[in-house]
Amino acid sequence: MTTDARIHVHHVTRVEGHGDIIAEIADGVLKQARFAIVEAPRFFEGFLRGQLYSDVTHVASRICGICACSHKCAALKATEVALDVTISPQTDLLRRLCFHGEVLSSHLLHIYFLAAPDFLGLPSVMPLIAGAPDLVKRAMRLKNIGYDLAALVAGRHTHPIAMAVGGFTFVHDPKDMLAMRERLVDIREDLTASVELFATVELPDFERPTEYVSLKHPDRYAFYDGDVFSSDGHRLPVRRYREAVTEHVVPHSTAKHARWNRPEYMVGALARFNNNYEQLHPAAQAVAERLGMDPPVHNPFAITVAQLIECVHCVEDAIELIDEVVGRGIDPAQQQVEVRPRAGQGVGAVEAPRGILFHEYEYDEDGRCLSANHVIPTAQNLANLEADMREFVPHIAGESTDRITHLLEMLVRAYDPCISCSAHMVRLPHG
Amino acid sequence: MEGPTKRFGNKPQIAFFDFACCEGCQLSVLQLEERLLDILELVDVVTWREAMSEYSNDYDIAFCEGSITREQDIERVREIREQAAILVTLGSCASGGCHNDLKNQWEMDEMLALVYGDQAEHFDTIPSRPITAVVEVDYKIYGCPVSLAEFVTVVKRILTGQSYEPPNQPVCVECKLNDHLCVLEKGEVCLGPVTRGGCDAICTGFGDACQGCRGLMDAANVGAMLKALTREQAHAIVRKVVERYGFTQDDIETKLRIYNNWPELNLEEIAANDD
Repeated sequence: MTTDARIHVHHVTRVEGHGDIIAEIADGVLKQARFAIVEAPRFFEGFLRGQLYSDVTHVASRICGICACSHKCAALKATEVALDVTISPQTDLLRRLCFHGEVLSSHLLHIYFLAAPDFLGLPSVMPLIAGAPDLVKRAMRLKNIGYDLAALVAGRHTHPIAMAVGGFTFVHDPKDMLAMRERLVDIREDLTASVELFATVELPDFERPTEYVSLKHPDRYAFYDGDVFSSDGHRLPVRRYREAVTEHVVPHSTAKHARWNRPEYMVGALARFNNNYEQLHPAAQAVAERLGMDPPVHNPFAITVAQLIECVHCVEDAIELIDEVVGRGIDPAQQQVEVRPRAGQGVGAVEAPRGILFHEYEYDEDGRCLSANHVIPTAQNLANLEADMREFVPHIAGESTDRITHLLEMLVRAYDPCISCSAHMVRLPHG
Repeated sequence: MEGPTKRFGNKPQIAFFDFACCEGCQLSVLQLEERLLDILELVDVVTWREAMSEYSNDYDIAFCEGSITREQDIERVREIREQAAILVTLGSCASGGCHNDLKNQWEMDEMLALVYGDQAEHFDTIPSRPITAVVEVDYKIYGCPVSLAEFVTVVKRILTGQSYEPPNQPVCVECKLNDHLCVLEKGEVCLGPVTRGGCDAICTGFGDACQGCRGLMDAANVGAMLKALTREQAHAIVRKVVERYGFTQDDIETKLRIYNNWPELNLEEIAANDD
């Protein structure tokens, strides 16, 4: 039994951005367990003021290189509400297709490059390049099909080019869509191999039920659209998101934490899996069964497994979306609707790979930004992550300090934190 | 830029570092797939926090992305400069300037109070600047994000001891060579005429305007652009065109500022020497 331990992991590795783990046990009692954000702040909400609406959406994707399409789409949706723009059903379909590309690339980056080394007992994927080259090549193929799918729709994944307020700036070619469809069919084999790899993985034994928050859509597994939904039974339209996301100051952190019905909630792949399991593609549900994931799942280490299940969903749904897009034909006249600047305010929400993401903008009559607000998934997860840490540390206190440290790093990595995004999460509510 | 002469006997040791940014440039490198594996046969990556738990302070070549926005980051990038035989900046944030520098239009205290409110005292921020404004840099790769083709070219040059001069022709040249439709003709402000090329005009190829992400090219004639495109300054010969589009100096200045606000953009000063 470890009665005294002080753990300080400076700049946790294999996560996006800079964060520190701090934990302290004294006389067998947990004194503190927290995840501190030490990323340089960037002030998007400040410097977007004065920018033209089209430039706002250009710069907004630069909040994050991994979830660039999510930030772009959240900004587009908020701006389209503010400017009273209604996009065509064709644009809606194409944006949903693009999302599958982003979710695939982001999840597979996390599953293989950031999280998997822990399960394989390695410090990174680098030793695998010589030791298991086929696995590394598979990981790269999988991740890149996500990038390429997003690029097919938006010109580039990081950063998307052709997604604009009101639609797209070029006309997609059905031939390219069908070529991508073939690749998606072929990639099933790599996904199956990934599922079998994860079937051999034993997750740390830990459960802590919490409130799960995600979008919820009546007709489909929600990524691009839906209402704000809590597993505690509440549902709100996106424009009322401030009633759901209450940010509050906690004494031990410079970052504000988010709460809704409970002191903390979880967003991201596991929250979506728990809230919207019934809408997953049957192939993804079959994989969930194969991996022993029976909702609701309360083990945060299973976030990575939920991501893999979502990857199966995204590939299958992308194939169906391509069939729908090609089947109905791509009408150049529907690619872009007219946009006229006007004064207005709007909120947009999407499910970024790491969870529900809100953008809110206010524009003047010339379409210049007056104010901006971003609520980032990683910021919303912080309180929940720390609550997990506080419950998990006593659970593993019998282990060596090195082992406790490693398990805490694994827990942080399981959340797939995106710290570049979250570094500007603390902000003044203006509404 | 003077080419570094260092040649590497054994495999050179590589490190990746990130400062304030989206980390999209280092992620783009992962998209190289098989080509990345080829590169990894020629070098040893010893430090890459985002992808590896292994760590070493003994490296020859440092790839750095992001803007410098805190005092502590000035120290950190100087230490990296001290250690690395070769320092490469990855992307516009590090190489010349980017949207992070937009915050320099306001007092730092005002920005802190606006975004962090009563927690502002916990944060340290200084006007944002590229790494090139803080230390000497051996190779610069512009772009938001970097182009993968250019990244590979630069890596080859480094490993063979050659220098690299970033492209210095306007995006318009590459746009015309690709037969893309002129975005100005669609009535939108496009910064192609004054922006450094090397991107193969990817954005105009997808119908979007050039946002100027690689910064002004060395000989950018901003004054001429204002005279060709703005209501305020248009020459008589282009007045009809300008009336049709109705661009104002402010339209162009706002867009230019996004990637050209280090040092703080002064349009009149830049344009004064041009024609």
